[in-house]
Amino acid sequence: MSKNSEYLIERENKQYEVIIGLEVHAQVTSESKLFSQSSTKFGAEPNTQVSLVDAAFPGMLPVINEFCIEQAIKTGIGLKAKINKKSVFDRKNYFYADLPQGYQISQYKYPIVGEGKVILDMPNGQKEIGIERLHLEQDAGKSIHDIDPNNTLVDLNRSGVALMEIVSKPDLRSPDEVNVYIKKLRSIMRYLGTCDGNMQEGSLRADVNVSVRLKGETEFGTRCEIKNVNSIKFMQMAIISEANRQIDLLEEGKEIDQETRLFDTKRNETRSMRSKEDAHDYRYFPDPDLLPLEISQELIEKIKSDIPELPDEKKKRFIDKFNLSPYEATILVSDIETSNFFEEVIKNSDVKLATNWITGELFAVLNEKNLEISQSPVSAKNLSKLINLIKDGTISGKIAKTVFEQMIDGDQDPLIIVKEKGLKQESDPKAIEELINKVIENNSDKVAEYKSGKDKLFGFFVGQAMKESKGKGNPQLINKILKEKLNG
Amino acid sequence: MSDITSQSLFELTSNIKEKKLSSEEITKAYINRAEKSKKLNIYITDNFEKAIDQSKKFDSNPNLDFKLPGIPIAVKDLFCTNGVRTTAGSKILNNFVPTYESTVTQNLWSQGAILLGKLNCDEFAMGSSNETSFFGNVQNPVGENLVPGGSSGGSSAAVAANLTPVTIGTDTGGSIRQPASFTGTVGLKPTYGSCSRYGIVAFASSLDQAGPMTKNVRDCSMLLEVISSFDQKDSTSIDYKRNCYSKELSKDIKGKKIGIPKEYRVDNMPDEIEQLWKNGISYAKDCGAEIIDISLPHTNYALPTYYIVAPAEASSNLARYDGVKYGFRSSGQNLIEMYEKTRSEGFGDEVKRRIMIGTYVLSSGYYDAYYLKAQKVRQLIKKDFDDAFSKVDAILTPSTPSSAFKIGEKTNDPVSMYLNDIFTVPINLAGLPGISIPAGKDKNNYPLGLQVIGKPFDEQNILNISYALEDKINFKNDISDWWLSE
Repeated sequence: MSKNSEYLIERENKQYEVIIGLEVHAQVTSESKLFSQSSTKFGAEPNTQVSLVDAAFPGMLPVINEFCIEQAIKTGIGLKAKINKKSVFDRKNYFYADLPQGYQISQYKYPIVGEGKVILDMPNGQKEIGIERLHLEQDAGKSIHDIDPNNTLVDLNRSGVALMEIVSKPDLRSPDEVNVYIKKLRSIMRYLGTCDGNMQEGSLRADVNVSVRLKGETEFGTRCEIKNVNSIKFMQMAIISEANRQIDLLEEGKEIDQETRLFDTKRNETRSMRSKEDAHDYRYFPDPDLLPLEISQELIEKIKSDIPELPDEKKKRFIDKFNLSPYEATILVSDIETSNFFEEVIKNSDVKLATNWITGELFAVLNEKNLEISQSPVSAKNLSKLINLIKDGTISGKIAKTVFEQMIDGDQDPLIIVKEKGLKQESDPKAIEELINKVIENNSDKVAEYKSGKDKLFGFFVGQAMKESKGKGNPQLINKILKEKLNG
Repeated sequence: MSDITSQSLFELTSNIKEKKLSSEEITKAYINRAEKSKKLNIYITDNFEKAIDQSKKFDSNPNLDFKLPGIPIAVKDLFCTNGVRTTAGSKILNNFVPTYESTVTQNLWSQGAILLGKLNCDEFAMGSSNETSFFGNVQNPVGENLVPGGSSGGSSAAVAANLTPVTIGTDTGGSIRQPASFTGTVGLKPTYGSCSRYGIVAFASSLDQAGPMTKNVRDCSMLLEVISSFDQKDSTSIDYKRNCYSKELSKDIKGKKIGIPKEYRVDNMPDEIEQLWKNGISYAKDCGAEIIDISLPHTNYALPTYYIVAPAEASSNLARYDGVKYGFRSSGQNLIEMYEKTRSEGFGDEVKRRIMIGTYVLSSGYYDAYYLKAQKVRQLIKKDFDDAFSKVDAILTPSTPSSAFKIGEKTNDPVSMYLNDIFTVPINLAGLPGISIPAGKDKNNYPLGLQVIGKPFDEQNILNISYALEDKINFKNDISDWWLSE
């Protein structure tokens, strides 16, 4: 990355670098929970998706959901990571009302996935972020403190839902990189179908580790962990706020305490949750109810063979095959739905136009209406028809925009719109000549000015001719004939 | 025909199949005797009314293909039974009624058995004398004020006192074999992974195993055949072909190699135990077995290893009893206070002691020195047995270092209480099958047991050896019915 794009926080001639590592908790896409058969569907009535295992009744035993294991392996492959053929489920012991067993089944010493990497496309080029590990664990239930004034209520629907904890190396250096990293992780998992990445539903959350150091230092500073941040915006805010808090302390000559902090979104500040001294002793030990998890090479190979084309590979193909710029390709592959939409559109239409229309008009509409591309008001089929109308000269780009605006309303067929509204482009030289004659006649003073050297007026005549044609005149033809008439 | 309740399981099933007895007659006989045996404090919860209904139902359309046709059976109160209170001998589960059935008990009912009730046991199976039960101690029918062993003390006493034809207990460090030894009955702990742990209140998951407790070896083989099964609901259950233990039962043990481990000759072992063991050896020789001296060098470390591993797992397994979801709850001003009061009031001293030991050995800074070291030693103990079993087919030892002791004699001395398990815990640590059979009596006329230890999944072999020895020993448990009331 070039120097001028470095994210540094300045203090009286000093520049501080911010070091960030993320522990992302991604909910595994799976019909049932990690160790029980209850449903994981979001939004159900409280405590309706709870089995005896999830509620930790006496004598209940966990049984591994093999699908979740496969999802973790798949994700590991997507992160170009080492899949550990032997991993172990441990118990992380602590008491809380929404943790029915009194321990969370997680993986501590021996995670299912080891080191990997994620490539970020930053404005100044690519950056590689190391992945430390990925492990599987159970989610806890939810404590609800604000319904009953005297009691805390507990909803165990989430209890036992499978999570992947993806731990990055401390390779991130700015809120922007965090933004791109989370989006990239999300994109990879959505390509793989292993996590829907829905942050509103809590499918993706992160613990953010932040430390600071003077630019040029090689040792890491003392880090603080900000727990359970559930949106990219809040992660960025929390990082900025926490980094500045740490720098202020250093500037005052104080030490930073290693601690766990919470981000208060309303006050835009982090506050201490517990110090290192108060850190829980989780008393991890291998769960005796579960045998060590052994994964065969055959299973890994089988999963590998089912891995779809991932964003990095797809981007390369788009650049090589369709001659897209890296920037365009990055945008189009960022989300699997987008790239699928794009590939659908270009099956029968021009790549360049499709790229411009998707990243331009379509994205603008989606943004404005706050829609995902999967909810696009214009289908890939109709968009490709529109592009073909432009390409074959039936309509101009400008008319196309009018047509597009109408298509949004109920995914209408552009052919029908053009026909019904008579928007077909006028490409008959005779008709164009006629209307140009009319423009020249009505503007004899301007013609004289033009001929005496005021070249800039050419645009005025184009505009008038276009107006006369009610926007339907073929722009190339208008240009050509106007030139002949005025210069002749 | 002898008195109904003194009959063996084999006799009772034969009598039912030959229609000489009805399920109702048998069930009522046991209930009638139980009503007069309250002094023994054997039942925590009885199921008598429903049992009679079920026996009538069985008799109205008897399925004689069942392996336990209409046979009433009481079980240790550690097995979750659908609709019948399950306490694990603890106040904290005093009001707990499961909505599900343990796999092992389900196997009984699926073969025609009828639940008589839930038998007393040490709290969460932690104890060797049944004195840690919230529901009070159990009297050993062998003699007044004598403990029946533990933790399956209600179960052993019930079999010895003819209050159930057979029963099932659980064994984490000797909880089937030691009480069997103390009451002159037979108790078998199967190979780890043979019987499903699903629905059994967990004590120490890597050691717990359910097993049969019976009057004799043949009954033991019949019951094992019913309860041993592969179960997908238990990830540690093992899928292997199980024998038809009762059909394949044989006294022919000629040429079997039986190992005698020198390390089991512990200091201060009473002479009568030494004598019992010698007798066992000579009986085995009489049956044509070959006796081979063997060494299990890490035996001395088994007890300390056990008292690290078992409490560690227990401290975590018992975390779920927090007053939030089910069972006993005390009130508190906040969550932490509620936890503290619930668990302080809900658990007894022995359970608390083990939770504290377990929490300690798993704590950061101590984990390596205790838990991790114990796991390594456990591997060495297992290897001792692997090495021994390359030379012998089975191992013969005493079941316990003493006979039954008086109630209250050891309650203030946990270490001396723990020493009861010295011959039984290594077998749990190694995951092996072991059986205790009555083999003689001490000077007070209290029963003493011998233990036969087998290779993994070799239950048939230790049953056969026990069957042969039983025949030679010809043990008689003359119990006087001293507790009966009118």
